[in-house]
Amino acid sequence: MTERKDLTQEIIFIEAGDLLAAVQDLKAAGYRLGQACATTVGGELEVLYTFEKDNILTNRKIKLDAKHPEAQSISAIYPYVFIYENEMHDLFGITFKNLGLDYGGKFFKISKETPWNPLFEKGDEN
Amino acid sequence: MAKRTIIPFGPQHPVLPEPIHLDLVLEDETVVEAIPQIGYIHRGLEKLVEKNEWPEMVYIIERVCGICSFGHGWGYCKSVEGNLGVEVPPRAEYLRTIWHELGRIHSHLLWLGLLADGFGFESLFMHTWRLRETILDIFEETTGGRIIFSVCKVGGLRKDVSNETLDKIVVRLRGLEKELKELTEVFLDDVSVKNRLVGVGALTKEEATSLGAVGPVARGSGVSNDVRQDGHGAYGELDFEPCLEEGGDCYARCKVRIRELFQSIGLIAQAVSKIPDGEIAVEIKGTHPAGEFVGRMEQPRGEAYYYSKGSGQKFLERIRVRTPTNANIPALVKTLAGSDLADVPMLVLTIDPCISCTER
Repeated sequence: MTERKDLTQEIIFIEAGDLLAAVQDLKAAGYRLGQACATTVGGELEVLYTFEKDNILTNRKIKLDAKHPEAQSISAIYPYVFIYENEMHDLFGITFKNLGLDYGGKFFKISKETPWNPLFEKGDEN
Repeated sequence: MAKRTIIPFGPQHPVLPEPIHLDLVLEDETVVEAIPQIGYIHRGLEKLVEKNEWPEMVYIIERVCGICSFGHGWGYCKSVEGNLGVEVPPRAEYLRTIWHELGRIHSHLLWLGLLADGFGFESLFMHTWRLRETILDIFEETTGGRIIFSVCKVGGLRKDVSNETLDKIVVRLRGLEKELKELTEVFLDDVSVKNRLVGVGALTKEEATSLGAVGPVARGSGVSNDVRQDGHGAYGELDFEPCLEEGGDCYARCKVRIRELFQSIGLIAQAVSKIPDGEIAVEIKGTHPAGEFVGRMEQPRGEAYYYSKGSGQKFLERIRVRTPTNANIPALVKTLAGSDLADVPMLVLTIDPCISCTER
């Protein structure tokens, strides 16, 4: 079998404050954004961003306080991240600052109350 | 000054087999903005990872979508296998590739039928879905199911297919190929079809790249994005190039999918001629995923991501499925702006939206 490029990947934890600079570097290096998602782990929220270039994956992960989750939007660098950031806002309660296309919590219309982050404290997001 | 109105498109609409809502902001009959809203069929499938052990989650992930169900099952297994560091036997990788390409033919034929139905060509719709039955019959004969198969498991497969059966499948696909040639000539050459597709919803290569488009939407704009080229499954042993078109319009997206029908038949024939004998699964006992892994697949609609995170327990902490329709929504929103209201159904259809996938 030929070399399996899909097995080559890394997941790097960075400080939330370093996110924009790290993402800017990846953009400059020619990477495209593959996906972004949130995970509840204990009292924290993890946000994982996956980038791809020539079938090589690299990931950047930040941690947020689950009670008051807030992060910088990377939509100034990758405008199409608005899909993932609006989803994370609606389902996990994360507020993204400077989100390029903000649907104001009306992207996901579901019958159950959101966010599903058990530690999230309503009213603290503003 | 043009009159500005907002027209709700969906969640129920004749061209939408599944519900999505678009608020179309119009100036006279030109769309100036499209605001999407999803969630009508959100099932919380990812959340079920907290209540189902990781070997069983494959049954749930397969149910993300009824069209590319095998691919979702494979994507999940690939992510967990990467997490566990499991090497899948070559015969299983070949069989996975064959079923996945059959799934691509099934998906594209389903889509072509919906497209024909969308522009009012009923007989074309019926002929397309008649041919699709051939693929569903092959699924049924080899897996026992027509839509959900449950043959994929972490570590390999549950079912083998004999080499004789595989040879017969190739013969049937060659017969299908002849009928497809006649059928697809109508899609590509009929003037009434071209009137609805050519020049509609054009997306340049630069726009497709900057909007993160994937699959036939990206390839229809000349973006060479095809995850199969990373060599996973048996793809590293098969000879193929991504099907690219330069037009970027609805016609180009349709042409990419038609070319991929024939490409998939060729890939299956190659895989059947090269498939090795041997085991179809490795046994995994006494271990649980304890790390993180991001797997990728080229689903019929484009690139999909499968993120799994485990903590050494029988339940994963997280499974995330990022589907191609999700990635193509920004391109849809962009192409809708500036289009005529009458072209909106074709534009929505030609990204081949799967809302079940998008919402999970």
